[in-house]
Amino acid sequence: MSNKKSSLFTIIGASSVGTMIEWYDFYIFGSLATVISTKFFPAGNPTAAFLSTLATFAAGFVVRPFGALFFGRLGDLIGRKYTFMVTLLLMGGATFLIGCIPSYESIGFFAPLLILLLRLLQGLALGGEYGGAATYVAEHSPANKRGFMTSWIQTTATIGLFVSLLVIMGTRNSMSKEAFDDWGWRVPFWVSIIMVIISYLIRKNMEESPIFARAKAAGKTSTNPLKESFGKKFNFKFVLLALFGAVMGQGVIWYTGQFYAMSFLEKTMNIDKMQVDNLMFIALIMGTPFFLLFGWLSDKIGRKWIMMAGMLIAILAYRPIYEKMYQTTNVKGKTEITEKASIVGVTKENKDKGQDSVYTITKAYTDGTQYKEIKTVTLANGVAKMVDGKPKTESKITLNINDGDKWSLIWLVFLQVLFVTMVYGPIAAFLVEMFPTKIRYTSMSLPYHIGNGVFGGLLPAVATYLATNAKKGGDTQWYLEGLWYPIGVAAVCLVIGIFYINSKDKRIDD
Amino acid sequence: MNTVRKILGIIWVALALAIAYFGFTVLGYPKLISGKQDDLVFGIIIVFILLPIVVGGLLVFGKYALQNEYDIYDDAPDHAHYKE
Repeated sequence: MSNKKSSLFTIIGASSVGTMIEWYDFYIFGSLATVISTKFFPAGNPTAAFLSTLATFAAGFVVRPFGALFFGRLGDLIGRKYTFMVTLLLMGGATFLIGCIPSYESIGFFAPLLILLLRLLQGLALGGEYGGAATYVAEHSPANKRGFMTSWIQTTATIGLFVSLLVIMGTRNSMSKEAFDDWGWRVPFWVSIIMVIISYLIRKNMEESPIFARAKAAGKTSTNPLKESFGKKFNFKFVLLALFGAVMGQGVIWYTGQFYAMSFLEKTMNIDKMQVDNLMFIALIMGTPFFLLFGWLSDKIGRKWIMMAGMLIAILAYRPIYEKMYQTTNVKGKTEITEKASIVGVTKENKDKGQDSVYTITKAYTDGTQYKEIKTVTLANGVAKMVDGKPKTESKITLNINDGDKWSLIWLVFLQVLFVTMVYGPIAAFLVEMFPTKIRYTSMSLPYHIGNGVFGGLLPAVATYLATNAKKGGDTQWYLEGLWYPIGVAAVCLVIGIFYINSKDKRIDD
Repeated sequence: MNTVRKILGIIWVALALAIAYFGFTVLGYPKLISGKQDDLVFGIIIVFILLPIVVGGLLVFGKYALQNEYDIYDDAPDHAHYKE
């Protein structure tokens, strides 16, 4: 019994570590985007800018679903184990090579082109990894523990983000800023290959999923998983149900809790970047164990109602939570210490060889909040340049918040992460149970990556559009308007999930 | 409940058409004609990849609901039984 237990935990460990590494690889590109763009996508060069935009959008939105189809098919034809070893090696190899490519200065347009190709390979590998890891763990787990066992896979996206930030911070702190910008940024990419080799060696010694192995031995695997998944009405209707009744809601709630919250703190509330990173870090660490809790709970009371409850609470709570977040640091509600206010103005040459007046305005408040605004007024012939009848100005506000506000915000972000764990913790087991063995990898991977990549990935663009429009229209609560996108998508998903999903089915050996 | 599932099919078809209209006129087309490189790529992705997936998927989902494909027969204590 103890042997069986330990082998199950080895399986979970090996699968989760591999998936975590894939997320790590995917995130470091995003975290190092600024330095990568200076090395490979020089400013002012339209072709390089085009390749940069493609690398950003295509890897996240377009290629992941293709990866799901490509590797899902392989996983249902050849086996789970070999397929998710290939995705691991592909991801690790692509990441390592990104760290090796000479800069634009050395090899010209080959540099951004190679980066784009490797980034696309990363997206392709990520699209194939999740379905494989979730299926592999689920097919090893006993039915009454499947939710808990697969919830370990669900923690990997968050842990991958932690590890990527830790490795980048560690590398930065171990060298000068110049060295990091020169070559040090490559280290996190190189580190990936070590992690991948270790994970590969662990995965290599594991057995094929017993359920898939039995199906293969009995000749019950599919000869054309794509056709069976999407060409047969009975299977395809479940692919659509998985997408519209579960994953699209999960996708927007995941993006809202982990990324929109961060962007809101930084760009809408103007909180200092270091403080935002710090409080997001704490909230995510506090929230991560709840993936396991809700995965475990889904074994006891069912997957459907935990996910639906998470969506419902998120729909009802998002606007009050974001209103509370915004008001927590709104300086209009704080008392200023007027004698500490200062304005310092200087004139500087700008990048167009013209002149700017730059004003640094600082304020302090009785609760410890520090306000700093850098206001740049563009000059023409010594006076403010007028655009549409107004002086051309740019303003950058940064708030340093006090400890009380910081913990209030941690709590409010943590609540959002809690909603994420409710919808995301049980979803791997839910998806696995929805499809038969012979087309499981293909059928669950595609809705997962469309739900997350398309519905979740669109969140920043749509939310920004809604908020910007509301601001232009003079709406006093413009900062809440972007939330209508996740609320709307989750509401549709909730209705479909409640009415159409039947969560009775726990058999996966069909 | 199967009747509710069927009637809701009309909503999903209507929603798909609304997303197609607003997705193209509000999000997609303005990005295509804005003249900015970033917007152009984003517009192409929205109009030619994302909208077809979302709108097409929701239309088929609505159609299946109207055809009673999601009818559930609650005749087994331990497993889901949908129309086959």
